[in-house]
Amino acid sequence: MALYSEKVMDHFRNPRNVGMIENADGIGEVGNAKCGDIMKMYLKIENDTIADVKFETFGCGSAIASSSMATELIKGKPVAEALSLTNKAVVEALDGLPAHKLHCSVLAEEAIKAALKDYYDKNGIEYDRKQFPDCESCGHCCEA
Amino acid sequence: MIYLDNAATTKMSRTAIDTMLFYMDQVYGNPSSLHSIGQKANEALYDARARMAKLLGCEAREITFTSGGSEADNQAILSAAYIGKKNGKTHIISTAFEHHAVLHTLNKLEKEGFKITLLPVEETGIILPKQVADALRPDTCLVTVMYANNEIGTIQPIKEIGQLCREKGVLFHTDAVQAAGHLGIDVKEQNIDLLSLSAHKFHGPKGIGALYARKGIRLTNIIEGGAQERGKRAGTENIPAIMGMTAAFEEACCHMNENAERITFLRDKLIAGLSQIPHALLNGDAQKRLPGNVSFCFEGIEGESLLLLLDDKGVCASSGSACTSGSLDPSHVLLAIGRVHDIAHGSLRLTLSDENTEEEIEYTVKAVKEVVEYLRSISPIWRDLVSGKKEFIIK
Repeated sequence: MALYSEKVMDHFRNPRNVGMIENADGIGEVGNAKCGDIMKMYLKIENDTIADVKFETFGCGSAIASSSMATELIKGKPVAEALSLTNKAVVEALDGLPAHKLHCSVLAEEAIKAALKDYYDKNGIEYDRKQFPDCESCGHCCEA
Repeated sequence: MIYLDNAATTKMSRTAIDTMLFYMDQVYGNPSSLHSIGQKANEALYDARARMAKLLGCEAREITFTSGGSEADNQAILSAAYIGKKNGKTHIISTAFEHHAVLHTLNKLEKEGFKITLLPVEETGIILPKQVADALRPDTCLVTVMYANNEIGTIQPIKEIGQLCREKGVLFHTDAVQAAGHLGIDVKEQNIDLLSLSAHKFHGPKGIGALYARKGIRLTNIIEGGAQERGKRAGTENIPAIMGMTAAFEEACCHMNENAERITFLRDKLIAGLSQIPHALLNGDAQKRLPGNVSFCFEGIEGESLLLLLDDKGVCASSGSACTSGSLDPSHVLLAIGRVHDIAHGSLRLTLSDENTEEEIEYTVKAVKEVVEYLRSISPIWRDLVSGKKEFIIK
């Protein structure tokens, strides 16, 4: 069996929404170079909706595919819906990921949440902190 | 497709395939059977052992056929360790960038109470004989240092290390899996007591290898059963594979110099081409490396994506990135030569054979340049590096 599903390979080869947004309303960056993956999400928010989203990713095939899929899943959606995106939804939309690559989907979820948090912080919008996991302590990588 | 992953495995040579087919078809007997069909197989086995021995500069009875390089490494190391233990010597010296067949066997011995010293490796990827000399102790029973590294291709001064071991009465094993068929081997001249090799690295079949053990070195069985291989490796001999390996090894050794010259030319062309990519770094010494090995780190990108996109462009390569190994850490070899995690993740290994052409090398340089450039264009690290927010590790 191939390592990746056709969906993963499609999103890896032809990533959607790749790039950056000048003057983005929210930017989130998670992961680190030591672990071998970093994701950066840029959000444009209008009328409480994700008007545009772009990403940049340093990482393996599944990291790029997870970022791409995550942007597709939130684009045009209300902010509240984007905030409730789970890594599980990303994995399902990609027709699965190998077990040792699941953390890539976690990173995608975290990157979007980090960008939304940045948006809330910048605009002084109140939010429930519990909705935002502390990326530094999740330990999905670099446990050593 | 352009196949540049010959350190992983090679395409079998026509001679090896034809030889195997003949023995599968015509010489199917069990060498242990006394009837004529069995004895024909036994003669083949005898013939193969003598031919392999001749190419290694040893005697036929010093060759044990195994299932491959890993088994030969396991058996060599365990045997030497248990001989040492009998004599009250339980210290073993090796290096930080050995193959896992060696490292994991040493881990096992450490749990049994052996003391293991893993020598650190210089950035050149070459162990200095002095490092070995300094690490030798009165209780050292074995030194095991690979002939050539599997990831960065660097060639180790095994003759000098063997000499040091001889002087101290310490057994010397070398994992010659990457070297056999590509670099000259003469176990006597190179002071080698134990040597492992694997057929599929020199255009022979998979699942077969050999262990050379100087006579007098008592081997410990890994596989128990019948009395095959002088009772040291049970299991009916795989005659087609043994004959295929022997044919491939003869072919490789016979054309070694001309192949090395041709492949080295292609290797240096590939290294020169890839060196033009900004913030790229060759891993290991530029000269003291296997004729076919090219290993680079590219800053700002990750190796698995590089491999997958190269595959899309028709180039088969390999990487020491964590993502390709299924673990969180990048290659222990790259870390051992001092590459930090950040750039070890962006590694690429291209390993050539005599079947590669100059056109393929030119195409590969172009393909790698394009893919590296593309992946950097979507990499947040690259953006930070270019904007000066972060400092380049590879200048």
